[in-house]
Amino acid sequence: MAVATAPSSVSLVKKKELGQSYWDLVWYRFKKNRLGVLGAVLLFVLYFSFVVIPEFLAPYALENRSRYVEAPPTPIQFLDEEGRFQAPFVYGLERRVDQVKRLRTWVPDTTKKYPVALFAQGDEYMLLGLIPMNVHLFGLQTSDKDARIFLLGADALGRDYLSRILYGGRLSLMIGLLGQFLTLALGVTLGVISGYYGGPVDMFVQRFTEFLAAFPNIPLFMALSAAIPAFWSPITVYFMLTIILAFLGWGGLARQVRGLVLSLREREYALAAKSFGASDRRIMFRHLLPGTMSHVIVIATLSIPGMILAETALSWLGLGLRPPLTSWGTLLQDAATVRAIRFTPWLLWVVPPILLTILTYNMLGDGLRDALDPYSGRG
Amino acid sequence: MAQTTNGKTDNILLDVKGLKKYFPIQKGLLRRTVGYVKAVDDVSLYVREGETLGLVGESGCGKTTASRCIIRLYEPTAGQVLFKSKALSANGQPKMVNLLELTREEMTKVREEIAMIFQDPINSLNPRMTVADIIAEPMVIHGKYEKGKSEELIIQLLERVGLRPDHLRRYPHEFSGGQRQRIGIARALALNPRLVLCDEPVSALDVSIQAQTLNLLQDLQEEFNLSYLFVAHDLSVVQHISDRVAVMYVGKVAEMASAEELYANPLHPYTEALLSAVPKPDPLYKSERIIMQGDVADPSNPPSGCYFHPRCRYAVDLCKQKAPEFRELKPDHWVACHRAEELKLQGI
Amino acid sequence: MSTIPATQLTTAPQDTRRTLIEVRDLKVEFNIRGGVVKAVDGLTLDIKCGQTVGIIGESGCGKSVTARAILRMVPKPGKITGGQILYYRVPRQKKLAGSNEVEVIELTKLDPDGEVIRQIRGGEIAMIFQEPMSSLTPVYTAGTHIHEAVSLHRLLPLKTVGDQMVERITQYRKVTREEAREIAVQMLRRVGIPKPEQRVDSYPHQLSGGQRQRVMIAIALSTEPDMLIADEPTTALDVSIEAQILDIMRELQQTANMAIMFITHNLGVIASMADEIVVMYMGKQVERAKVVDLFYNPKHPYTKALLQSVPKLGPKTGQRLASIEGMVPDPLHLPTGCVFHPRCPAFIAGKCDRHVPNWVQVGDNHWVRCLLYEE
Repeated sequence: MAVATAPSSVSLVKKKELGQSYWDLVWYRFKKNRLGVLGAVLLFVLYFSFVVIPEFLAPYALENRSRYVEAPPTPIQFLDEEGRFQAPFVYGLERRVDQVKRLRTWVPDTTKKYPVALFAQGDEYMLLGLIPMNVHLFGLQTSDKDARIFLLGADALGRDYLSRILYGGRLSLMIGLLGQFLTLALGVTLGVISGYYGGPVDMFVQRFTEFLAAFPNIPLFMALSAAIPAFWSPITVYFMLTIILAFLGWGGLARQVRGLVLSLREREYALAAKSFGASDRRIMFRHLLPGTMSHVIVIATLSIPGMILAETALSWLGLGLRPPLTSWGTLLQDAATVRAIRFTPWLLWVVPPILLTILTYNMLGDGLRDALDPYSGRG
Repeated sequence: MAQTTNGKTDNILLDVKGLKKYFPIQKGLLRRTVGYVKAVDDVSLYVREGETLGLVGESGCGKTTASRCIIRLYEPTAGQVLFKSKALSANGQPKMVNLLELTREEMTKVREEIAMIFQDPINSLNPRMTVADIIAEPMVIHGKYEKGKSEELIIQLLERVGLRPDHLRRYPHEFSGGQRQRIGIARALALNPRLVLCDEPVSALDVSIQAQTLNLLQDLQEEFNLSYLFVAHDLSVVQHISDRVAVMYVGKVAEMASAEELYANPLHPYTEALLSAVPKPDPLYKSERIIMQGDVADPSNPPSGCYFHPRCRYAVDLCKQKAPEFRELKPDHWVACHRAEELKLQGI
Repeated sequence: MSTIPATQLTTAPQDTRRTLIEVRDLKVEFNIRGGVVKAVDGLTLDIKCGQTVGIIGESGCGKSVTARAILRMVPKPGKITGGQILYYRVPRQKKLAGSNEVEVIELTKLDPDGEVIRQIRGGEIAMIFQEPMSSLTPVYTAGTHIHEAVSLHRLLPLKTVGDQMVERITQYRKVTREEAREIAVQMLRRVGIPKPEQRVDSYPHQLSGGQRQRVMIAIALSTEPDMLIADEPTTALDVSIEAQILDIMRELQQTANMAIMFITHNLGVIASMADEIVVMYMGKQVERAKVVDLFYNPKHPYTKALLQSVPKLGPKTGQRLASIEGMVPDPLHLPTGCVFHPRCPAFIAGKCDRHVPNWVQVGDNHWVRCLLYEE
C-alpha cells in the first residue's frame, strides 16, 4: 500500500507514537498529569519509607521502652545557653511534678546535652529482614543509655512515638494492598464469570453481592472478629482481618466488572474469538478481562484508601489488630481518649500520615483514570 | 424446504434447511417467557463451492443472526445446517455433516473450515492485542501455532492483504478503517478456511476503501478457492460481488436466484420495491420509484400470512391468510410469493 | 379545525432565487496534540433559496465541519481561522410584515453563544443529523421536541380590526401550548407519520428508526427555516425508508422554497437530491459543478475515481471495481502540493507534488482544483 507521507513532514511526535502499545499510550498520558505523577511519587516514597526501611528511619526499635513516660516532643537545639550557634543537640529530660495541675511533666535538663547525629548507631535490626544493621538515619551520639530523642514525643510506656508511627505504617499500608489484591482476585473472577455466562450463574452471584452489600458491616465485623479465637497469634489475626476486609469488599468490584463484561461480550472481537473456536475460559480471560483492566486498576487504586481506613477504624474500635501489633489503627486507639488529647496531644501525629496516604492514593487514582482511556481523546 | 434437484447437489458446500432462531422475550422477576422475537424464521439457502451467495435485506431482517447461527455463535431453535466437512471425515473425502448435531469438540474442528469477517473494523479486533497476536489467535486456539513457521505464514498473509510486515507489532487503533478490515480478513484466512461468512464487511468503509476491499475479497476467492456467504444491506455491492443472491425479509428468505436473474427478473414484490428504492448514482436516471409504505414488520409480532403483505402493492386476501411456500419456480430461482407466476415485475 | 395556516411565510413576496448563504474561503482548524488539522481549507460556495447543494466526500474530509461552521457549532478544539460566511437574512419580523429587506450578517463574526446566532440556529437555519436515536432526548415525546423548537422560534400574528374594518397585523406573539401541539400534529402529518394525533405523544424509543428521522425533520421544519442542513440524514436508514425520507425532503423543499445543504457520502442519494455538488477531499474543495455535469463530465481525477469506484446496479459486467489506490493521508501530515497526488492516477511528477493547485473555472458554473486544468 502506498501510504502517503512525505518523510520530511513526519514529526517526532508521530514517530514516537508509532508502534506504541496501549500501555505506552497510558504512560504518555499519565506523565502529563502533574497531580497524578506527584501522587505516584509520594506514594512510592511513603511505601518505601514505611514498608521497606522504617527500621532505618526510626531512631529506636518498636519496643524500646524508657522511663520517660508520656514525654512531650523534644525540640532540637542549635543555640546553647549563651546563644552561641552549635551543632544540633538535645537536652536531657528531668522529671517534675506540676503542683498546680497535679501532673507529672518533663522539663529540659540543661546540664545534659546530647549531640544529634545522622547515621548514628543504635538498636540492632535486620534491614529487609536480611541484613543485620544498627545504623539509624539519626540518633543521639552518646554513651548514656538513658538519653533519648523524641521528635514526636513518647507514649504511655515511654516509647518513641515517631518510631511507632513508622513501624505502624507497615501493617496499615500492607493491609490495604493485600486486602485489595484478594478483593481483585475474587471480584474480577466472579464478575467476569457472572457477566459472561449470564443466566442463573449471574443471578446467583448478583444476589450474593446484594446480600453482602445489604448486610450491616459493623455487626458483621464484630461477629467475625469475635469468631477469631483469642489464642491466635496477632499475626494470624492480621491475616484474618485482611481476608475479612477482602470478603466484604469484592461485591462492588464484581458488579462493575460484570457490567463491563456484559458490554464487551457483545463486541465483535469476542464473537470473532468464539467463531474461531476459542473456549469460554480463553474468551473470558484472554479477550474480555484485559478490556476491563483499565477500569479495574482505577477502582482498585481508589478503594485501597478505603481498606486502610477500614483497618484503622476497626482497630480503633478494638475489633481489628490488637497490641502488641502496631498499626496506625492501634496507635489511633491510644490517641482516642479525651485525656490523651488534653495531655498528650502529640499522639495525634499519627493522623497526618493517614491523611497523606489517602490523598496520594486519590491523586494517583484520578491520574490513572484519565490516563487509562487513551483512545478517548483520539478522533 | 429447499432441496436442490437437477444433479447440482454434488458441489454444494453449505446447505441450510428450515433454520429458525427465536429469541425469548422474558419479563418479570422469574424471567417468564412472554413471547419470541422470531429473528430467523425458516431460512433455507445453499452455497456452492467456490461461489458467493449474497444475503441482502433491511436492518433487523435476521441476515446477521442467520449467518451467526450457521457457525453456532447462536444456538438455532430448529433446522439443519449441512456442511461438507473435510476435517471430520476419516478418509479425506469431504462428507456432509449437520453442524447442529455436532459435539463441542467436533464443532471446534469444523471452525477451522468456516471463518468469519465482521462488519465493524473497530470492534472486531481486540484493542489490547498486536496485529501479530490477532492473526495468530485462530492458530493458537487450534494448537497449530509453531514458532517461526507460523510467523512466516502470518507475514505472508499480511502482505497478501496489502499490509506491511512492519505492521505486525502494532495495535489496531493505529490503523485506518480499511486497514483494520484487511487485518480481519487476514485473520479469517489464517486457518485456510473453505467457507467465509462475511457479515457486512464493507458497509463501515468509505467508498474508495470499499472498492479496494471488494477487489481484495474477489482476488482471495480465486486464489484460495473460497466460498463466501456475503451478508450486506447494499444491493449494488451484493450484485457486484455475488454469483447468487438471497433476499431476506423479516426472518424469511423471500427470493433466491443468480445475481443476473434476480436483478433483471425479480419474482418477489419486495425485491422489486427494494431495487427501485436504491438511489442510483445517475442524476438523469428516471423511473417509477416504488415507495414501500410503512416500516419493516416487527419480528416479535409479525403480521399474518405473508409478512410482506401490509407493504405489498400486489397483496390479495390470500396473502393475509396463508404464508407462501418457498419454492423453486424456475431452475435455481426460488421465491416465496403466492402471486409470483402472474405478476410481471420490473427489474433493473 | 386548524386555526394556524400551514405556511405563513410563503405568503410574503419572495425573490425565489436570491442567494442565501455565501461562504468565502472558509478555513477551520483543529489544534490538537501533535499539530494543527486543517479540517476545512479554503471552501467557497453559495447557496440560493430553493436550491439543494450537495457536499460529498469520504469520512474526515471536512463536510460535517463545514455544516457546523455555518451554524457556528464547530466542536471544541476547532476554530474558524479564516474566511467569511455571509448570511443574507430577511428578519422574521420584517418577513411577516411583508417586507423583503435583506440584511447581511457575517456569521463568522458573531458570538457563537450570542442572541443572534441562537435565533438563526434552529429558527432560520435548521439542522438534522445522521443518528436519529441520539439526537432526540429520550425522556421527551415527539410533541415536546417540536413544541420546544416552535416556542423558541415561531411567532404568530396578533390581529386587530382597524377603522376600515380591515384586519391588520400589528404585533406578534409566541405560540401557546395548545397551538404548539397543533403545529406538532400538523408537522408529523406532513412528514408522513401515520396517526399523528397519537404519535405526537410517543417517546423516541417507541418510534422506529425511520419515524425518528421523520420526527427530526418535523422538528427542523416546524420553525419554517430558510435553510436546512442535512448531515447524512439517511445513512443510518434502510433503503426503503431512505427513499421515503428523501421524497419527503424534496416535497417539503418545493412547498417552502427552502435551501438545503445535503451532506452525504452516498453518490446515489446525492444524484437524486442535489442541484449542485461540491466534492471535498482532505478539507479542500476539489470540484464544484451542477449535478449532471459532475456525473457525466467530471474533471477532477478524484471525482472520476470516486464515481467509478461505486458498484452500480444494472447488468452485471463482471469487471473489477476501479479503486483509488492507497489510504486517506494522515490529516496532520498532508502531502505537499496537491493533497491528492499520492493517490492520483493522473499524477505528474515534479508538478503535482510541488505546486498547490488553484480553484479554476472550467465551464459554466463548473470549478475544479487540479493542475491539469491550469495553464
